[in-house]
Amino acid sequence: MAMLEIRNLHARVNKQEILKGINLDINAGEVHSLMGPNGSGKSTLAQVLARRETYEVTEGEVLFNGKDLLAMKPEEAACEGLFIAFQYPVEVPGISNSYFLRAALNAQRKYRGEEPIDAIDFIPLLKEKMKLLEMDERFQSRAINEGFSGGEKKRNEIVQMAVLNPSLAILDETDSGLDIDALKIVSQGVNAMRSPDRAIVMVTHYQRLLDYIVPDFVHVLAGGKIVKSGGAELALELEREGYGWIEPALAGAR
Amino acid sequence: MSTMTQTSGAGTYLDAFSELEQRGSKQPEWLRSLRQEAFASFCDTGFPTIKDEAWRFTSVAPISQTVFSLPEAGPSGVTRAEVEAFRIDGTACSLVFVNGRFAPELSDQPKLAAGVHAGSLGEALAGDTGALELQLGLKLALQNDAFSSLNTAFIEDGACIRIARGTVLEAPIHLLFLSTGAEEPLMFHHRNLIVAEANTQVGIVEEHISLADGVTFSNVVTELIAAENAVASHYMIERKNRQSFHVATLRIQQERSANVSSHSFLLGGALVRNNVHPVFAGEGGECLINGLFIGEDRQHLDNYMLVEHASPRCNSHQYYNGILNDHAHGVFHGRIIVHKDAQKTDSKQTNRNLLLSDDAQIDTKPQLEIYADDVKCTHGATIGQMDDNALFYLRSRGLDENAARSLLLFAFAGECTGRIKPGPVRAHIEKLVRRALPKIIANGEAGDGGEREDKGRNWEEVG
Amino acid sequence: MTATNTIEEFANQEYKWGFVTDVEEDRIPRGLNEDIIRLISAKKEEPEFMLEWRLRAFRHWMTLVKADAEPKWAHVTFPQIDYQDIVYYSAPKKKAGAKKSLDEVDPEILEAYSKLGISLNEQKRLQGVAVDAVFDSVSVATTFKAKLAKEGIIFCSFSDAVKEHPELVKKYLGTVVPYSDNFYAALNAAVFSDGSFVYMPKGVRCPMELSTYFRINAADTGQFERTLIIADEGSQVSYLEGCTAPARDENQLHAAVVELVALDNAQIKYSTVQNWYPGDKNGVGGIYNLVTKRGKCAGANSRISWTQVETGSSITWKYPSCILVGDNSVGEFYSVALSNNYQQADTGTKMIHIGKNTRSTIVSKGISAGHGQNTYRGGVKIMKNATGARNYTQCDSLLIGDQCGAHTFPYIEVRNSSARMEHEASTSKVDEDQIFYFRQRGLSAEEAVSMIINGFCKQVFRELPMEFAVEAQKLLSVSLEGSVG
Repeated sequence: MAMLEIRNLHARVNKQEILKGINLDINAGEVHSLMGPNGSGKSTLAQVLARRETYEVTEGEVLFNGKDLLAMKPEEAACEGLFIAFQYPVEVPGISNSYFLRAALNAQRKYRGEEPIDAIDFIPLLKEKMKLLEMDERFQSRAINEGFSGGEKKRNEIVQMAVLNPSLAILDETDSGLDIDALKIVSQGVNAMRSPDRAIVMVTHYQRLLDYIVPDFVHVLAGGKIVKSGGAELALELEREGYGWIEPALAGAR
Repeated sequence: MSTMTQTSGAGTYLDAFSELEQRGSKQPEWLRSLRQEAFASFCDTGFPTIKDEAWRFTSVAPISQTVFSLPEAGPSGVTRAEVEAFRIDGTACSLVFVNGRFAPELSDQPKLAAGVHAGSLGEALAGDTGALELQLGLKLALQNDAFSSLNTAFIEDGACIRIARGTVLEAPIHLLFLSTGAEEPLMFHHRNLIVAEANTQVGIVEEHISLADGVTFSNVVTELIAAENAVASHYMIERKNRQSFHVATLRIQQERSANVSSHSFLLGGALVRNNVHPVFAGEGGECLINGLFIGEDRQHLDNYMLVEHASPRCNSHQYYNGILNDHAHGVFHGRIIVHKDAQKTDSKQTNRNLLLSDDAQIDTKPQLEIYADDVKCTHGATIGQMDDNALFYLRSRGLDENAARSLLLFAFAGECTGRIKPGPVRAHIEKLVRRALPKIIANGEAGDGGEREDKGRNWEEVG
Repeated sequence: MTATNTIEEFANQEYKWGFVTDVEEDRIPRGLNEDIIRLISAKKEEPEFMLEWRLRAFRHWMTLVKADAEPKWAHVTFPQIDYQDIVYYSAPKKKAGAKKSLDEVDPEILEAYSKLGISLNEQKRLQGVAVDAVFDSVSVATTFKAKLAKEGIIFCSFSDAVKEHPELVKKYLGTVVPYSDNFYAALNAAVFSDGSFVYMPKGVRCPMELSTYFRINAADTGQFERTLIIADEGSQVSYLEGCTAPARDENQLHAAVVELVALDNAQIKYSTVQNWYPGDKNGVGGIYNLVTKRGKCAGANSRISWTQVETGSSITWKYPSCILVGDNSVGEFYSVALSNNYQQADTGTKMIHIGKNTRSTIVSKGISAGHGQNTYRGGVKIMKNATGARNYTQCDSLLIGDQCGAHTFPYIEVRNSSARMEHEASTSKVDEDQIFYFRQRGLSAEEAVSMIINGFCKQVFRELPMEFAVEAQKLLSVSLEGSVG
C-alpha cells in the first residue's frame, strides 16, 4: 500500500473544474516533484490534500496511510502527519513563533495520545531546527512570520516542518522568489528531512530547486491532469524545451 | 501647473535639445521620436512646483532657474589611477561613466559569465535591432514626471545590463558615474536599463561621485525589469559635491514571484531627490526598499517612494532612516497605492529620523491609497533627537561623548546597512556611511582610521 | 465547519448579563428642567453649593441645546436623543430608617450582584478588592470602608462625599472636566446621581484594589454617574470599574464623567471593563455610552494610567485623556475596544503635554466583527514649553469578517522641537487564510481564533490587574464567540 493514493481526483473552485482526474501513488521514502505551467492545478492539488475547504472535491478518492483523507478536517490531516509548506505563509501578529509551534506540536501529540511537551524541552528542539535553517534565534520570539522577508518566511516553514516531523510533506512553491543562498539553505533543510519513513512532494515552477533536491519522480501537470511522468531528467528536459509541447500532448490525449 | 515654470523651465533646455538632435545621428529612428515625444511632454508640464503633492516639501527652483549645458564630447582627462580608488573588490565588472558618457578605457570588463551582458546603453542603442525599443521607457508615465521626461529627451548613454533566463550572477556589477569640474553648470541625463530575465539573480551598484568642485545637475533614470522569479538587488550611492543637484528615479517592474531590493544611500549633494517606484505586475512579488539619508549644512534630501501594488499577494517593506544635522532638510514621502485586484497585499512602511540640531528639519508623510479590501498595511514614523539616556549610559561606562554619540549614530545607520546582504557591497557602503556621519562626531575618534580613498580628490574635501 | 461559520458564530454570542431585577423603585417624573434638578438635589440631601453648581451646569447645557451643539464629529450614527423622554433619577426604595449597612441592602439587589459575579459580602469577597456598588442612580453599598478609613483613605459614594467631605468635593469638582467642557459633561454635571469618590492621603499606598460596579436596572432611565479620584502627594491607587445592564429593546443613555487628579509623585491606575448591553445581533437596543474621562497629572513625577476593555454598549463615545502639567509626569492609555454586530465605537485618548519631560504611551487595539464599526481617535499635543516631551502611539485594528470597519484618526500637534514622537498603525484581518494556517498545523479553528485575539490584545491585558485580566479575556471570548470558524 502506498502512503498516499490519489485516484481519479476531480476538484473545483467557484464552479470551475481545476483538477480533472489526478492519479498518483506516493510511497514512503520517495521525493516527487510536481511541475507545470501556471494554472495547471499544482497548487490546487496541494491545497486539496491539505483539506482546504475552498476547493470542492467532486469525484475520486484519496487514501493517506489507508485512511480516507477527504473525510478529514484540516487539523485531522495535520495530526495524521500531513504537512504543507505554504506558498504564501500568513502573518499573525501577537503570537510568537515558538508559542504557536509548541501549541501545534502539542495538539498533534495529544491526537496521538502523547504527553504534551513543555517549554523547557521544546526550546532546545526548536533552536536546533532553526540552526539547521540558519535562522537567527531571535525569530522564535517574534510574531508568526510578521515582518519576515519572503525568504525568511519560507525558511520558517521548513523549521516548522522539521519540528512537526510529518510523514508526508508538501512544499508548495517553496523556492519562488528565493535568492541562490536562501535556496541552498532551504534545500539543505529539506534534504536533512529525507528519510525512508517520509515522503516529500515539491510543487515548483522552476528546475533550479531540483538541482539541490534531486527528486525520484517528476510529474508534469497540465489542464488538471498529469500528462507526463519520469525521473529527475524530465525536469532538465522541461528546462530546455519549456512547456510548449504540452498543448499538442493534451490535444493528443483528448 | 504654472505657465511661469513652464517657460522658465523648458526654454533653457531647447538649445541643448537641438544640439543633441544634431549629433544624435547614430540613434535609431524610434528613439528619436521617443525623445521628441518626451521633450514635448516636458515642455508641456514644465518643472514641478510645491503645489504638486509629490513635491510639496521640495522646491526645484534652484534647478529650474539655473542654465545647464551638456558636457562637451572628447577625452575627460580622468586617469585609471584616479578611478582605481573607487572600485569595489569582488565585483563582476565595473563600468565607468564620466560626465554622462561611457569610458571603456576606465572600466574593468573581464569576460562575463555566459548569459550576462553589461555595457554602454549608447553603444547598445547604436547597434539596436529592435529589442530595446520594446523595453526602454515603456513603463514610465512621462506625462506626469518632468524629470523622467527630461531624461528621456536627452537619452545618450548609461548602462545596459541584460541577464539571460536562468543565469545567476552572484558578484555585483558596479556602475560608477563620475563628474569632473567645469566652468559652467553641467547636466547629465544618465539612463540605465537593467533587464533580469526569468529565474535570474543579479546585483547592481550605481554610484555617483563628483571628482571636483562645480555645479552639476544629474538626472538619472534607471529602469529595472525583473521577470518571473528574478532576484535583483539595486544599490544607489549618491555622494556628490555640495553644489550638486541630483535627481534619481528608479522604476522597477516586477513580474510573478520576482524579488527586488532597492537600497539607497544619500550622502552628498546640495539638493537631492530620490524616486523609487516599484510596480508589482505579477502575483507573489516581494520588494524591499531600504534607504538612508545623512544631511548636514543646508543639504536638502528628498526621498519619494511610490509603491504600486497591482497584483495580489505581493509584499513591500519600506524602511528609511534619516540623520539630519545643522540646517539640513530631509523629506520622506511614502506613497502606497493598492489597486483593486491586489488582494492580500502586505505593505510595511517605517521612517525613522534623528534630528541632531534644532534647525534641522524633516517632513515625513505616509500616503496610503487602498482600493482593495483584504490588505495589510502598516506605517510608522519617528522623529527624535539622540537619546540622552542612552548617551548618558554609554558615558557612564567610560566612553567620551563623541565616541558615545558615534556609537549611537552608527547603530541607527546600521539598521539600514544591516539590511544589505553581507558581502563586499555592504562593507563598501558601511565604510562610506561611517565617513559621512555628520561632523558633530567628526572630531571624535569615530572614523575608520582615516583611510583615504583618493589623494586630494576625496568628496569630503570637494564639498 | 468552515472558517466563515466560525467567524459568524463568534459574532453571534448572547449577552449573559441581560436579566432584570425586580425591585421597588423610587423614580422621579420623566423630563428635564430646573425643578427636576432641584428634586434630584433634594433627594440626595445636598448642600446648597452642589445645587448651584448643578443649576449653572444646566443653564450652560440649555445654551448648548439651543445652539445645537451636541457633538457630531464622531464616526458613529444614532438617532437624536430625546432628552425630555428620560427619567433622570431612579433608585431602589430604601427601607424606612435604613442605615445603608450591607445587612440593609435589599436581598434582591445582593442577588443581582452575585449573579453578576460580584459579592458584596466582605467575608466572601476576595481580599484585596473593595467595591462600591452603584445600582441605577445610587450607590447601594461600599465594602471595606472601615478598613480603608484606618489608612486615612476615603472611599465612598459621591453622595456621601458631598455630605461628609464637602471641602474636598468643592476643591476638586470640575477642575479637570468643567461643566462647560462638552455637551455630555454639562448634562452630567446638571443631573449626575451617584458615583464613587476616592481620596488618597499623602504618602499612602492603597492596600487593596478599589472598584465600582455600575448596574443599570430600571427602564427608561439614564445613568449619569460621576467619579472623582484625588491622589495626594506620593500616594498610589488602583481603581477598577465594571458595568452591565439588562437587555432591552430601547436604547438607554449613560453619560458619565470621571475626573482624576494626581499631585506630586502620585500614581493613579484606572481600569475599566465596560460591558453595557450592546444591543441584540440586529442592532436593536443597547446603551449609548457617552463618557468624558480625564486625568490631570497636576504634580511633578505623577502618573495616570488608563486601561480599558470596551466590549459593550451600542454606541461608545469615550476618550480617557491625560493633561500632563507636572514636569516628568506620565500619561498612559491602553485600550481594547470591540465592536460586534451593529456596535459602533469611537474611542481613543488625548495626551496634552504641558510640563517638561512629560511622557505618554498610547496602545489602542480595535477589534471589529459582524457589522461593527470601530474608530480610534487619538490626539497628542505637545505645548510650547513641554521640552523633552515624548509620545509613543501604537494603534492596531483587527477585522473579523468583511462587513465591519476600522478607522483611525490620529491628530498630532507639536509646538516644541525637542519632542520625540513615535507612531505606529496597522490593520490586519482574521481571515480564512490565517485560520487555515493554524488548522494545517493541527490546531482547531476555535483554538486559532482564541490565540489570535488574545495575542492581539496581550499588550493591553497585561496592564490590567490580574483578576480583571482573566475576566476581560473571558468576556472578550464570550463577546466574540461564534464570530470565527
